[in-house]
Amino acid sequence: MSGDKVKARTPEEAPADGTEVQETINVSLEKSEEAKLKARYPNLGHKPDMLRKRLQKGQKYFDSGDYNMAKANNKNKQLPTAAAPEKSEITGDHIPTPQDLPPRKPPLVASKLAG
Amino acid sequence: MAGVAGGNDFQWCFSQVKGAIDEDVAEADIISTVEFNYSGELLATGDKGGRVVIFQHEQESKNRPHLRGEYNVYSTFQSHEPEFDYLKSLEIEEKINKIRWLPQQNAAHFLLSTNDKTIKLWKISERDKRAEGYNLKDEDGRVRDPFRITSLRVPVLMPMDLMVEASPRRIFANAHTYHINSISVNSDHETYLSADDLRINLWHLEITDRSFNIVDIKPANMEELTEVITAAECHPHQCNVFVYSSSKGTIRLCDMREAALCDRHSKFFEEPEDPSSRSFFSEIISSISDVKFSHSGRYMMTRDYLSVKVWDLNMENRPVETYQVHEYLRSKLCSLYENDCIFDKFECCWNGSDSAIMTGSYNNFFRMFDRNTRRDITLEASRESSKPRATLKPRKVSTGGKRKKDEISVDSLDFNKKILHTAWHPKDNVIAVAATNNLYIFQDKIN
Repeated sequence: MSGDKVKARTPEEAPADGTEVQETINVSLEKSEEAKLKARYPNLGHKPDMLRKRLQKGQKYFDSGDYNMAKANNKNKQLPTAAAPEKSEITGDHIPTPQDLPPRKPPLVASKLAG
Repeated sequence: MAGVAGGNDFQWCFSQVKGAIDEDVAEADIISTVEFNYSGELLATGDKGGRVVIFQHEQESKNRPHLRGEYNVYSTFQSHEPEFDYLKSLEIEEKINKIRWLPQQNAAHFLLSTNDKTIKLWKISERDKRAEGYNLKDEDGRVRDPFRITSLRVPVLMPMDLMVEASPRRIFANAHTYHINSISVNSDHETYLSADDLRINLWHLEITDRSFNIVDIKPANMEELTEVITAAECHPHQCNVFVYSSSKGTIRLCDMREAALCDRHSKFFEEPEDPSSRSFFSEIISSISDVKFSHSGRYMMTRDYLSVKVWDLNMENRPVETYQVHEYLRSKLCSLYENDCIFDKFECCWNGSDSAIMTGSYNNFFRMFDRNTRRDITLEASRESSKPRATLKPRKVSTGGKRKKDEISVDSLDFNKKILHTAWHPKDNVIAVAATNNLYIFQDKIN
């Protein structure tokens, strides 16, 4: 198995001119995209915020009643688009009653891959 | 092993597609993991609805020996259900994050499936016999009146229609505070590891009430958090070695013989970067979404947002090979950040001989790279090219101003059609590609 390298990105070694030019193009592309972003969102989040958002993935609910209410409402939810907005807070707008909640064990639908 | 791209030796063609055709895709049907077992006889998929579907390869028919057999449904079951964490008031998704098969040791098949919090060991077994002629009950199960029983008989085993049963044999729960992103079966076939954003645990397959924590990168003060664990895998042959990747684009190799807690790595893999060339996006696009050892155990492959890199385990300071997956997206990073696509986690895989690698992209495109010939190809998983044994036509994305006839421009790419999960048969040139809610199976034309 040949282990020769392709497009090593180490600046220390003397790369071919093509690689260096590509590096510079990449950097300027990224920086111009960054400028675009900063123009649209001047208060852009800092790194720990992004990581912490990632760790807290998932929406908080007030309690399990609230959770079941939200599930009942979202039963017909479609495929989320790539431009999915921030999950909006939908908790706590309605005190759940037993009539609002779905039955404890919803019917399990078989996967369409097995159909 | 033949090359992957065009030419006389090799052509990919459509074999099968599974799943519904309708435009409205239910979220539960989105496939979240695809995995062949060790022999390639079985192919498992997991979805966002917590369900597992296993396909089995059926032998080639004698009438059409030039065709490989097809994969047909073998078993399907609900692996995980949605839960609610009462302590934290958070929902626990039932989405199957990963499935990993155990090597087969007897007639039954075993796999591990995991959602964000709980790992389950499932046993899939066949039943083709049934006992008949019980003394104490009728054939329909009703209890017989004991006073009516005048003689004893021995029940006999009679053949019945094949039934495939899936049962959960072990449930490994409550060991992860954060979301599980990886599981990996060790080469000792007794232990496995599970990794979440900040910790990695080592389990014994027989023991569910405890696990060993082997990596913990949680800082004392969460304000100091700078990176998270994104993927982890056990070495295919050395049961003391595993690797884990981070959101900063680094990979750490750890040796469990050195210490009980592997916070200090044995090897640290990072490609150096000129600090002046960093942009806001640099760290985000360097985050590694998948790490996979080669079958040989000599190399590992990492996938970051724009590229796939092959690393020699003996060289830590840079990868030996770098392949650009969709470099044209570099000029779109701003909008990809806005629509969250920049955080998409693509997986990657090796072929059986480690001569080729595959990974997904957008617009239902997927890419293959031949490590020997350095050729690459872009193919599309679409219903249009789904005629039986139809050869897949290579696709091309045009980057310049001039768009050739069959090319597609970057702005026309559908970023909702992501191919995040692909799998390559361990021995043959058969691949499984998950395109949202559909599973495509492609194979090479020539055996």
